[in-house]
Amino acid sequence: MADSDRGAQPRAPVRTSPEGAEPPRTVFDKIWDAHRIRTLEDGRDLVFVDRHVLQETTSAQAFAGLARAGRRVRHPELTIATQDHILSTVPGRDETTNPDGRELLGLMRSNAGRHGIRHFGLDDPGQGIVHVIAPESGFALPGSLLACGDSHTSTVGGLGALGIGVGTSEVEHVLATQTLALTRPRPMRVRFEGARGPGVTAKDLILYMIGALGVAAGRGCAVEYAGAAVRALPVEARLTLCNMSIEFGARLGLVAPDDATAAYVSGRPFAPRGADFERAREEWRALISDEHAAFDRDEVIDCDRVAPQITWGTSPQDVAGVDGVVPDPAGFADARRRDLAAEALRYMGLEPGMPLEGLPIDVAFIGSCTNGRLSDLEAAAEVVRGRRVAPSVWALVVPGSQAVRRAAEARGLHRVFQDAGFEWREAGCSMCVSINEDVVPTGARCLATSNRNFENRQGRGSRTHLASPATVAAAALAGRVTDVRRTEVFAGEARP
Amino acid sequence: MRTPLTLLSGVMAVLPDHNVNTDSIIPSAWLRSATADLARGLFGARRFDESGRERPDFVLNQRPFRDAKFLLAGENFGCGSSREAAVWALARFGIRCVFAPAFADIFYENAFRNGVLAGLVDETTWLALAAAVERHRDAPLFHVDLPAATITDPDGIRHGFTVPAGRAEALIRGDDEIDLTLRHIDEIKRFLDTATAERGWLYRSPLDGPLEPQRTTP
Ligand code: SF4
Repeated sequence: MADSDRGAQPRAPVRTSPEGAEPPRTVFDKIWDAHRIRTLEDGRDLVFVDRHVLQETTSAQAFAGLARAGRRVRHPELTIATQDHILSTVPGRDETTNPDGRELLGLMRSNAGRHGIRHFGLDDPGQGIVHVIAPESGFALPGSLLACGDSHTSTVGGLGALGIGVGTSEVEHVLATQTLALTRPRPMRVRFEGARGPGVTAKDLILYMIGALGVAAGRGCAVEYAGAAVRALPVEARLTLCNMSIEFGARLGLVAPDDATAAYVSGRPFAPRGADFERAREEWRALISDEHAAFDRDEVIDCDRVAPQITWGTSPQDVAGVDGVVPDPAGFADARRRDLAAEALRYMGLEPGMPLEGLPIDVAFIGSCTNGRLSDLEAAAEVVRGRRVAPSVWALVVPGSQAVRRAAEARGLHRVFQDAGFEWREAGCSMCVSINEDVVPTGARCLATSNRNFENRQGRGSRTHLASPATVAAAALAGRVTDVRRTEVFAGEARP
Repeated sequence: MRTPLTLLSGVMAVLPDHNVNTDSIIPSAWLRSATADLARGLFGARRFDESGRERPDFVLNQRPFRDAKFLLAGENFGCGSSREAAVWALARFGIRCVFAPAFADIFYENAFRNGVLAGLVDETTWLALAAAVERHRDAPLFHVDLPAATITDPDGIRHGFTVPAGRAEALIRGDDEIDLTLRHIDEIKRFLDTATAERGWLYRSPLDGPLEPQRTTP
């Protein structure tokens, strides 16, 4: 039996300077240390949870557990709830439109009501996917620690927050104590150097990174994304980057906050105001990794070489440039990876050596907490404007929140999509997880902006390829996988 | 209090695949209700075909393994979605211990919280256990001794696994995590008082804001 916890493996040595100055710390360390209440006997840290977000599919049993034990919600004012996973996204929906969702949607509403928790239900203008509404409402803040019963909580790392995805027992633990007992993650850094080429987005960068380093490379780690290419990303794109930290196996991902972050947060409904905001901004300035801070692992990605990415298999690491071909499983050195790749190709109905470009598609899905924000819809609309979806393709756009939907409609984007033949939906997770009625037919090939291409994820026998909003839009028009750099939007832009 | 876990005997099943994700362990079809039959949903898409008939080639549909208490799994078991139902499904099916070379982080946490042991085994041990299951396919009966952190195979050979001491003790005692944390409640309150004094901007009632998010542009 090991004495220490699994995650308390080799920690970066703490350096003390002769002058007795503070040892250098990573931005992750700074935020974590500010939230640590105590270290428990088993080596885990008890940390304070500043913000807690609930959704309907992982909270019902947590409230049932509270009721059984006769406990109350300790800090309802630090908690918000929404409905996003199982609800219908059909225009004009209500809680009964998807009959399968009635029970859980009703429980979310009644549990929130009973415990005095602010509920952004499907009839509320603030409703949306947990990881979309937390940043856009100013509920998630730089330097805060936010928990949610959903793995992609890492998304809020794009603001420089620690986003901790947890299971239902931990949701109950947060409700009852406003804390979590966690193994301290080890700091890791990935620097994205160079510059993105035309048509290359944050989604392409993160897919490329997962392909290069593997789906388990971040296990036990808090990954800081740094480098010139990350600094250059708008805040919404940083949210996309951090979102897929989970597909990399990491506990969380984050980008150190900067002026762009402060500008993003300023004026949002739950954000601090006036003198409080100025105080906050001062503190956020200190949230950078010190020069000599130690990372357990440090990787560099050269962005100049990254093409728009698309997955070909059933794991996010099964990814290639859209100008590439389906790999030959025999080419993988590791025997198990070889078997998995062969199995993935069988499932996906692909042959080694097939060019990815030109692959016919049946469904195009634009949405999810990865790529369902306004800038994602704008990027897709730019490709779509004035054109038509191929007749054989079922195409839908599902905004990540009602606020995104309203903002997009104010810009006329809904008309761009509808005129082209896309369905324009209400906010929700939709075809990212397909536990409502938005299901990919068996055997159909779907190009999706979401984050998981697992077998059967979008419906039994569904074949999912992950890509950026622009790439999915281009494919919807052509009816086949297309290199977005060849579309009119990017034609004429020189490749770096 | 949960059911304490100390000594257990039962059948071990082997699922050698790497990166088995929680969508596969419990497909989303079983997440639509608070009362779904999770035991049946375990590996649902792999255990049953489209018409709900068992697939005879899947290990948990085969004779001794239908009653498995232990699962020997591949690298990075439980990756993907945080759905705790993955652990509930294993537990309802009857699996109390999963052994693997590595677990995905959230699954690992969820397992212990639900009284399921996630034990780490090295490559040599993994292969030895798998070979023992293969040799005794008719009656692959193993004994797990949590205090000693050992697995005894049907030939009487003992294999070690790794589990952090604190976690093992919690399983042995059947601890309730929330009770444990609430013992520190005064310290938690003091923490919040200090934090509020230092970072008022973070704790001054966030829900005072207007209800409608006003802007969504970056
Ligand atoms: S959009 Fe997909 S990944 Fe994001 S919260 Fe919803 S189901 Fe999870």
